[in-house]
Amino acid sequence: MKLELRGVTKRFGDFTANDHIDLVVESGTVHALLGENGAGKSTLMNVLFGLYDADEGEILLDGEPVTFAGPGDAMAAGIGMVHQHFMLVPPFTVAENVMLGHEDVIGPVKLLNVEQARQRVREISDRFGFHINPDARIEDLPVGAQQRVEIIKALSREAKVLILDEPTAVLTPQETDELLDIVRQLRDAGTAVVLITHKLREVQAVADTITVIRRGQVVATAAPTASQEELASLMVGRAVSMAVDKAPAHPGDVVLSIKDLTVVDEFDVVQVDRVSMDIHAGEIVVIAGVQGNGQTELTEALLGAMEPLAGSITLAGRELVGKSIRDVLMSGVGFVPEDRTEDGLVATFTIANNLILDQYHQPPYSKGLALKRSAIADAAHTAVEQFDVRTTSIHATAGSLSGGNQQKVVLARELSRPLTLLIASQPTRGLDVGSIEFVHQRIVAERDAGAAVLIVSSELDEVVALADRIAVMYHGRVVGVVAPDTDRHTLGLMMAGATEEANA
Amino acid sequence: MSTETSTEVTTDDSVQQEQSVVSAVLRSIIDSSWLVVLIAIVASLLLGGVLVVLANDSVAEAFGYFFSRPSDTFHAIGQVLGDTYAAMFKGAIYNTDAHTFGDAIKPITQSATMATPLIFAGLGLGVGFRAGLFNIGAQGQIIIGATVGAFVGFTWDLPVGLHLVLAVLGTVLGGALWGFIPGVLKAATGAHEVIVTIMLNYVALNLVSFLLSKDAFQVEGSDNPLAPAVGANAMYPKLLGNGYALHWGFVVALLAAVAVWWLMERSTWGLQFRAVGANARAARTAGMSVGMSYVLVLVIAGALAGLAGSAQVLGTQPALSSNVAASFGFDAITVALLGRSRPLGIVLAALLFGALKASGPALQVQAHLPIDVVLVVQSLIVLFIAAPPLVRALVRLPKPRQVKEVTA
Repeated sequence: MKLELRGVTKRFGDFTANDHIDLVVESGTVHALLGENGAGKSTLMNVLFGLYDADEGEILLDGEPVTFAGPGDAMAAGIGMVHQHFMLVPPFTVAENVMLGHEDVIGPVKLLNVEQARQRVREISDRFGFHINPDARIEDLPVGAQQRVEIIKALSREAKVLILDEPTAVLTPQETDELLDIVRQLRDAGTAVVLITHKLREVQAVADTITVIRRGQVVATAAPTASQEELASLMVGRAVSMAVDKAPAHPGDVVLSIKDLTVVDEFDVVQVDRVSMDIHAGEIVVIAGVQGNGQTELTEALLGAMEPLAGSITLAGRELVGKSIRDVLMSGVGFVPEDRTEDGLVATFTIANNLILDQYHQPPYSKGLALKRSAIADAAHTAVEQFDVRTTSIHATAGSLSGGNQQKVVLARELSRPLTLLIASQPTRGLDVGSIEFVHQRIVAERDAGAAVLIVSSELDEVVALADRIAVMYHGRVVGVVAPDTDRHTLGLMMAGATEEANA
Repeated sequence: MSTETSTEVTTDDSVQQEQSVVSAVLRSIIDSSWLVVLIAIVASLLLGGVLVVLANDSVAEAFGYFFSRPSDTFHAIGQVLGDTYAAMFKGAIYNTDAHTFGDAIKPITQSATMATPLIFAGLGLGVGFRAGLFNIGAQGQIIIGATVGAFVGFTWDLPVGLHLVLAVLGTVLGGALWGFIPGVLKAATGAHEVIVTIMLNYVALNLVSFLLSKDAFQVEGSDNPLAPAVGANAMYPKLLGNGYALHWGFVVALLAAVAVWWLMERSTWGLQFRAVGANARAARTAGMSVGMSYVLVLVIAGALAGLAGSAQVLGTQPALSSNVAASFGFDAITVALLGRSRPLGIVLAALLFGALKASGPALQVQAHLPIDVVLVVQSLIVLFIAAPPLVRALVRLPKPRQVKEVTA
């Protein structure tokens, strides 16, 4: 089946989200839709999926114009979509989720025909090697498997065109590789796959055709042979350096010393297991690992948000265990949390107030109980300018900002006071290329200013680009500390639990 | 947050810049819950009118021969509604039948008097709501505050000024103590404030009943569960002379509203409380002590509810009884919600409720209406406020922001 968009235009008020977009997707090909966050990719796919009505333009299937009043029509016409946030019912089984909305009933009392759905799941799972048990509950499945359930859902409705919206945002490197394999299989089976992403490596790995969208317009079509730099500059609209520009580290004294740190969670499960590590001034240590291997608990213990069971954490010789979060922050630790919307920002607060969230209680931002509003506003203007936060006003709410700009606010806050140690978890998750470059530059600048930097990242690209040393965590333990030029295959193996004794 | 970023439209910076000022202003009015509040009040008054008409005998009588003389029915309806709204106005704001100006303004002073404890308690609850605490304990906090204040008032005999200050401080401390208990329990053990405060309401009620059975809390030589009258020096002076019930507690309440506004909007504590209420995890990650905030907020809420008790025992009530809080503690929840937890809103909502309460007698006497109608109108307001989509549907306001929500 051939899917064609001609001159599709979608406006929201004065804002044109999609401006006369033309797109042709042939069956048996992978078409990558590449663009920064906010470029209009998802809007376009929502038009295609019948969630939005286009203001202009038409959609053609095999040359015939079609109109979709809603997702039901789109699905009936053979278009399937896997959303970034899965549309699954967690307590239901795989088979129940797959049949949801298309329930087949049997018998006089209209019993649900679960058996048919289970067979369907098994059939598709076997055909593509998904390894999905139709009776497993969604909530028990890892994220990668849940995504495969979404794909099964689409395929069970005879999807000829499959739209994957930022499918790898939630996946580990291994799961990403598996997904890309699945995409290739689907393509070989004749499905047209539309891959929406801003990750260049994936595009190069599977795409047959690349369409780059910027500010709602198609700015280029490219071949997968194009270099990452070319694609990135097309996407952002200016030259972008993919490699982090940094001089060799000049490590100084040990700033952070972790000794035999053990952290258990609320269910008494050991999450951090006898971790010992020294981090020096002027170096960046990146903790690599598949998410959920104790990195979160490690950073929370460093911050003082989790009480360690045993071990010690010293910052420039001072013990941090037992100190309050505020004491830790005020002794020169900057903390960029993993989940900026949950832990980093108060979405309903203004940007100005978010920028002083950890310093509001001290001069110059307050005197006694009274907030100093002009000092707060001055600091906010400076920070917004220095960190290039794109906003109309410092009094706009943090929730109104895009992800990249929200992260800039968190970084601006944490870097606004003199730091001896910067801890940043997943500092560029969900950010576009332009913002990633900016965040990385800032982190390196902090290192060069003499701070010790501890980064937690599950993006291998980022790990390799930023690190002066890489510590790999697996099941709560640091299984090895290696140099940043270690090859990706070895890193992948270590992240999967293979130990590597190396000194760097 | 999640709906904001769910589509690419709202997150794009250029959108905000390009939105015209007029549409932005309109949008903010439509988005604002104030308009919803106003519509809810009007709608509930109108619906209350329908009930009044349905319950009226002369309307029912005229409807009996509706088809022979329909005009009688409409006349009767008009008569009833006119009587009712006129009685509400005369009972709550300005009595046009009065012979002197002094008498004519009595209703509005009565409304303000009735509003005073609601302003205090509503302010306390509002602080809690904004800090993410659903404090149901104003009733108990009023009772304990009133008990301590009244005890100071009738036990000692102190000079003018000092006695009042000490008695008011007594109400503050009593209420604060009754807020401190759930606060510290929540901070230390995680005990949910809703359950603890509800139960403490019963503890307070029975505690005051118990105390009133003791000699120290009874009029000498009497066995009635009624405390001695508070000394004259400990009473709030009358604001407009002895002909009016309105006392200086009303002014204190307005000052308290200003103080609460400053606390929440201009102080470090307020920033902390609001951050904890809006996103406790982010507040904690930024180094704020969430537990300490809960304790402080409930102490402040209790102190304000205690002041509501002062408006009773040091203002309008002749003496402490177990019914000292009436239903103010619960009405104040409605007031705080109606006022969107903001001081100005709470003052206005309390005045509205004070007016509704004050109009009760006039409705009964002049419009021959049961007091229940007033309660029905109050309940309808709550119902409409609690269901903004209902109000929007009623007057066909557009939905706020995103018309079509998509998870992408």
